[in-house]
Amino acid sequence: MLLTRSPLIPGLLALLVALSLASLVIGPAPISIPMALKALVSYQGAASIVVRELRLPRTLLALLIGWISGLAGAGLQGLLRNPLADTAVFGAPQAAAFGAVLVIYSGLVGTLSWALPFAAIAGALLSIALVVAVAGRSATIVVLVLAGLAVGSLAGAGTSLAISLSPNPFAVTEIVFWLLGSFEDRSMVHVMLASPFILLATLLILPAASGLRALALGEETARSLGINVALLRGRIVAGAAIGTGAAVAVAGSIGFIGLVAPHLVRPFLGYDPARTLVPAGLAGAALLLAADCAVRLIPSGAEVKVGVLTALLGVPFFLWVIARRKAELVEAPA
Amino acid sequence: MMRLEIRSLTVDLGKRRALEGISLSPAPGRLTALIGPNGAGKTTLLRAMAGLSRPSAGEVVLNAASLARMRASERARAIAYLPQGGGVAWPLPVASVVALGRLPHGEEPDNLPPSGREAVATALRSVGLQGFEGRPATSLSGGERARMLLARALATQAPVLLADEPIAALDPRHQLIVLKVLRAHARTGATVVVILHDLTLAARFADDIVLLEQGKIVVCGPPETVLTEARLASGFGIRARVVRDADGLSVVAQSPLPEA
Repeated sequence: MLLTRSPLIPGLLALLVALSLASLVIGPAPISIPMALKALVSYQGAASIVVRELRLPRTLLALLIGWISGLAGAGLQGLLRNPLADTAVFGAPQAAAFGAVLVIYSGLVGTLSWALPFAAIAGALLSIALVVAVAGRSATIVVLVLAGLAVGSLAGAGTSLAISLSPNPFAVTEIVFWLLGSFEDRSMVHVMLASPFILLATLLILPAASGLRALALGEETARSLGINVALLRGRIVAGAAIGTGAAVAVAGSIGFIGLVAPHLVRPFLGYDPARTLVPAGLAGAALLLAADCAVRLIPSGAEVKVGVLTALLGVPFFLWVIARRKAELVEAPA
Repeated sequence: MMRLEIRSLTVDLGKRRALEGISLSPAPGRLTALIGPNGAGKTTLLRAMAGLSRPSAGEVVLNAASLARMRASERARAIAYLPQGGGVAWPLPVASVVALGRLPHGEEPDNLPPSGREAVATALRSVGLQGFEGRPATSLSGGERARMLLARALATQAPVLLADEPIAALDPRHQLIVLKVLRAHARTGATVVVILHDLTLAARFADDIVLLEQGKIVVCGPPETVLTEARLASGFGIRARVVRDADGLSVVAQSPLPEA
């Protein structure tokens, strides 16, 4: 049901394999593909250290975070029946970052602690709950976006306050660089930290597929078809918040993957919100991994942060979707 | 044959009492029209009959089983509900939209068993949309979209069909097409309840009419007994002429009465 018979999924999987190989070989130390593969499975001196401890973790993180971003974006777009929905619309990444910054700022834990994802997830959940509470259940997308903007700004202000009040210049540098969103210098510990939550978020969102399909006809019709809409909403919102929180906790703010990925695959799937989920996740993984390879290829002194690149590419895309659909957005109920 | 029965139903919407002490048993095989002024509680009653709202008192019973205690999927197989002015969020193909009516049977639109495919084809045929299967739902005209959504409700093959203003905003031709489909569906033995604002069409297509006013049933019966000039004056606050000809009754609204 979730998997489609179209060649889209095998195509995306092949793309992911190719990008993963590229990600293992791209970097300041030149390593060939055969060498990278050998270094992965057997000890090859420095090459093994580079591939296993630097490039493999960032490849896995990009795949995991890209996957959950695409999946959560497709889930939220299906839930709100609106192609502009994304966790960013709810201010969730900013709120997750604020939650994590509070924990780092307090000095209780470093950036490698289990407390970090929990704080980030709590921030994300709080922001989505706040947006939904303020905007109401039958809010139009305009109200949702405005409420999300306000909540995101509030979280951003909180983060800025924490930075400006920080007595420790090292903590400030740590917070700022981490906020920009990057996979640089991430280790397998980060992968272990994020993956249980990303798995949980996946398990929450995927079974909602059938309900999302019914929701295409509106909430009343979905309920009359026997769908528990409250449970469906809870699953997707919780999944999106947990996924965003886990992603932000290990890689900082990386936005717009969840917005863009579903758009890329939807036309190939007959716009079916259920069949969009898995391909959107795969496309998200491919997009983010490609972006992370790209930042390593951009010639600059310090590596460009991947979160900056996704925003630079994602925002024009967001504007393009708005421009194309502005007529519908005037009164479309979310 | 499935029998839907509403027993002393009271529904509160927030602090407002929307329905009070409603008892009604629409007959299988007949088309029942629900009429009444705006705010009379028609939609609230239809939603309660579909099991979509929680009554404050009383119950809706389907073949002696209370709707409130029924599993959602079981209820969805028995009662198809067509809300007012429904739309489709994505440009899904028409056949996929209609196939959503098979969800209560555990059948997914992209993996329908032969019985499901047959139900979808029959539903599309009965509303005259054969050949539209692959068209994006968002590209249809208002009339075609209304027929598609009706086909979605028919595809469930539920013994009860509840439709909230299915002909609102449709041109006269589509109004007649939709009402004919609904009446034909009733003739197959289904219980069909429809909210209508066009009193002449209600008079000509409905077997029974229920007049609702301020959350209470004022009168219930065949069109001739419900649609009288006196009742239209008290129920709708209008001066109207009821004309009888070979095709049945016509209601000609003439002027609003001053508010009491």
